[in-house]
Amino acid sequence: MGTSKSKLKEKELLIKSRTENLTAVRDFISSAVREVDVPLDAAGDVVLAVDEACTNIIKHAYKYFPDGDITIKIKYSSKKIAVEITDHGAPFTPEAVPTPDLKKYFEEKRVGGLGMYLMKSLMDNVEYKSVPGRYNQVYLTKVFNSTN
Amino acid sequence: MAEFSTSIKDQGNINIVYLKGFLDAHTAPSLENTFSGLVDKGRYQIVVNFKDLNYISSAGLGVFMAYIEKIRENGGDIKLSSMSEKVFNIFDLLGFPLLYEIFKTEDEAVLKFNEKK
Repeated sequence: MGTSKSKLKEKELLIKSRTENLTAVRDFISSAVREVDVPLDAAGDVVLAVDEACTNIIKHAYKYFPDGDITIKIKYSSKKIAVEITDHGAPFTPEAVPTPDLKKYFEEKRVGGLGMYLMKSLMDNVEYKSVPGRYNQVYLTKVFNSTN
Repeated sequence: MAEFSTSIKDQGNINIVYLKGFLDAHTAPSLENTFSGLVDKGRYQIVVNFKDLNYISSAGLGVFMAYIEKIRENGGDIKLSSMSEKVFNIFDLLGFPLLYEIFKTEDEAVLKFNEKK
């Protein structure tokens, strides 16, 4: 994560890899971003992007195994929100997930890949790091400036 | 835990499905059950009213993708109505307005089905 001139607050949440915990994830992110002055829409974008990232981890990294750990670390100010999500499930190769073509998805009855596409659309930057057998990390960043 | 519920109103041949709360990966199976139930009964003309839906993630959007083909093959459709701007924006980001008719009100969606008779 890059450095910022304004001091970033920090919070961390550890959850088990169960979809029932997505509510707690969203509440955690919303309560953090509410502490700083960012546009409401943008705050909602971050909440959804983190939900999508955790959903992908639960489905694909842990393949619905319910007791995997997911750590969500948020650093935030009114200028920038950076979220780092760590899991210890199956390694992830983002290059293997094509950008969805909705018409094609419709024809092929495929419904995956929408979450990754949403994350990229909603955030300014999405990066992945995978150390097989150890951990995977996804970094989501949104930056605010006077033009936002 | 995410709060989500659906309710169904029969209006002639048309079924109106009301969504309420938070539609995410945890609650999406509940909407799948609702669509499965309608399809099993041969009810293919469906209007989904989003008025009370607070939140949707891609898992929720995926449910619409999963059922639309079977429903259209049977001469029906899923028409969407009454979305908040926030929810519409997510549908829009993924290009859904190209594949689904989205109406401002439930009445307009119902009318569209009736026009085709």
